[in-house]
Amino acid sequence: MNAGRFVRLAETARASVQLQANGRTISALEGDTLMVALLGSLGHLRHSEFGDGVRSGFCLMGACQDCWVWTEDGERLRACTTAVREGLRIVTNPPEVSWPNPA
Amino acid sequence: MAQPRVIVVGAGPAGVRCAQTLVEAGLRPILIEEGRRDGGQIYRRQPEGFKRAYAALYGAEAAKAEDLHRSFEALRPKIDYRPETLAWNVTAGTLHVVHDHTHTETLRYDALVACSGATDRLMPVEGWNLAGCYSLGAAQIALKSQACAIGRRVIFMGTGPLLYLVASQYVKAGAKVLAVLDTSAFSRRLRALPALAARPDVLIKGMVLTAALRQAGVAVHTGVTPLRIKGTPEAGVQGVVVRDGKGRELNFDCDAVSLGYHLRAETQLADLAQCKFRFDAESRQWLPTIDVDGRSSVAGVYLAGDGARILGADGAEAAGRLAALAVLSDLGHPVPQDKMTALRRTLEKMDRFRLGLIQAFPWPHEQAATLPDAAVVCRCETITAGELRRVVTEMGGCELNRTKAFSRVGMGRCQGRYCGHAAAEVVAHAAGVPIEVVGRLRGQAPVKPLLMAALEATTGDA
Repeated sequence: MNAGRFVRLAETARASVQLQANGRTISALEGDTLMVALLGSLGHLRHSEFGDGVRSGFCLMGACQDCWVWTEDGERLRACTTAVREGLRIVTNPPEVSWPNPA
Repeated sequence: MAQPRVIVVGAGPAGVRCAQTLVEAGLRPILIEEGRRDGGQIYRRQPEGFKRAYAALYGAEAAKAEDLHRSFEALRPKIDYRPETLAWNVTAGTLHVVHDHTHTETLRYDALVACSGATDRLMPVEGWNLAGCYSLGAAQIALKSQACAIGRRVIFMGTGPLLYLVASQYVKAGAKVLAVLDTSAFSRRLRALPALAARPDVLIKGMVLTAALRQAGVAVHTGVTPLRIKGTPEAGVQGVVVRDGKGRELNFDCDAVSLGYHLRAETQLADLAQCKFRFDAESRQWLPTIDVDGRSSVAGVYLAGDGARILGADGAEAAGRLAALAVLSDLGHPVPQDKMTALRRTLEKMDRFRLGLIQAFPWPHEQAATLPDAAVVCRCETITAGELRRVVTEMGGCELNRTKAFSRVGMGRCQGRYCGHAAAEVVAHAAGVPIEVVGRLRGQAPVKPLLMAALEATTGDA
């Protein structure tokens, strides 16, 4: 599916920004939140940890924390309050974490 | 002698007017704002570089929005302004903040004015955990702040004046709105007219909005009962099913639902500051106790705006000014009594209107009783109504914090902001006790998730 969830209604004359989502290059606009940048091309942002399906955020005001995504380096970003940046490499599944073994 | 240190949290209508009043009295308050820009949610500013005019963004409220933004810009060099800063805890006389997720600081205060605003109030419906279901505020933010619609075919469901406002903003901006599905019966609006007449201008604006929606071909149904949001776990929202006031089932195909039942106060800072709360029977929510000027039960802690009670933006501006005057008076500054009296009168009028809105657009708590067992109540932890009922009947978890401990309801990422009220209603109905007996989820620090590294740094400071 190449159609995203969100629909742009105005302010489309802004400069474009390229980023990667799950290894695929997508195009967004300068001034987009990361959430808008991603949902312009994708249908979801993450998977519920409890198996009830994909999630695409809920409140857009930094209160619900439903829109967490990750950089390929493992940094967690709240997509609705993070501004998009050229070259971001985002994944919609949390990267594998290797826990240190002190034993 | 050093100036008293006054901290205002929140740069929305209440916080900006509060800071402005303090500056006018010669103080230099600290203003903490979690977002990047001032304006709060209602007068949220679009990012720099966006070009839409005030009239396009704020409609009938354009002049008020612009005035608040200009006031803030004039104020900015005269205050210690800290954007992108989260106030995450309050201990005796000290506010704990974190800037940019990493830099923590503890700020001592002589007076703290929390203008923490509100979030959407939600009543779950089966399927509201599907991708593509957003809060009503979210739909408005997508449009106002990012010039986007939340989907190609949008349904607005819930109740309250914001439902009609956001739907009409979507129509005006060129989005496809299929229907407005209001759980409140139209007859309630007529019965509430005497109270709503406290603010005739707002009442008339509401009537104009509804007429414009119908004219634009949007189906408007009142007195509906939401049955379910249809869809699949992979694709998200695909439709909505409701029962209308005449008992008929209505089906809509859509890819997005905007859901909201008016607002709930963000009260965590008041809670952490150990302010007393009272049960507000009209709105069926717990609110911090304040006096007419915004003083909480704790000396030095003041509350203004929707974070204290839901009066809307105009009420928030007045409450912010009044709380600042209360701070000044308590710090021994001379304050204009006539101004305080006028602000109190304004707030009384706003409160009459608030009660009218509650009558016209009631929180549909009875839906909690008939919510199917399989419906998710807590979206964060995926806790269903059935699990909550089992906690009540099998484990005796009838007080909400116990219900939380047993079931994890409200324990997830949003910390009960979006399920807390509904979970309390489900528990009250299942236990057969009045809602106020169930209590409320205690606010916990940090009020939003923090990086462990930031917390460790704070421990070092203390």
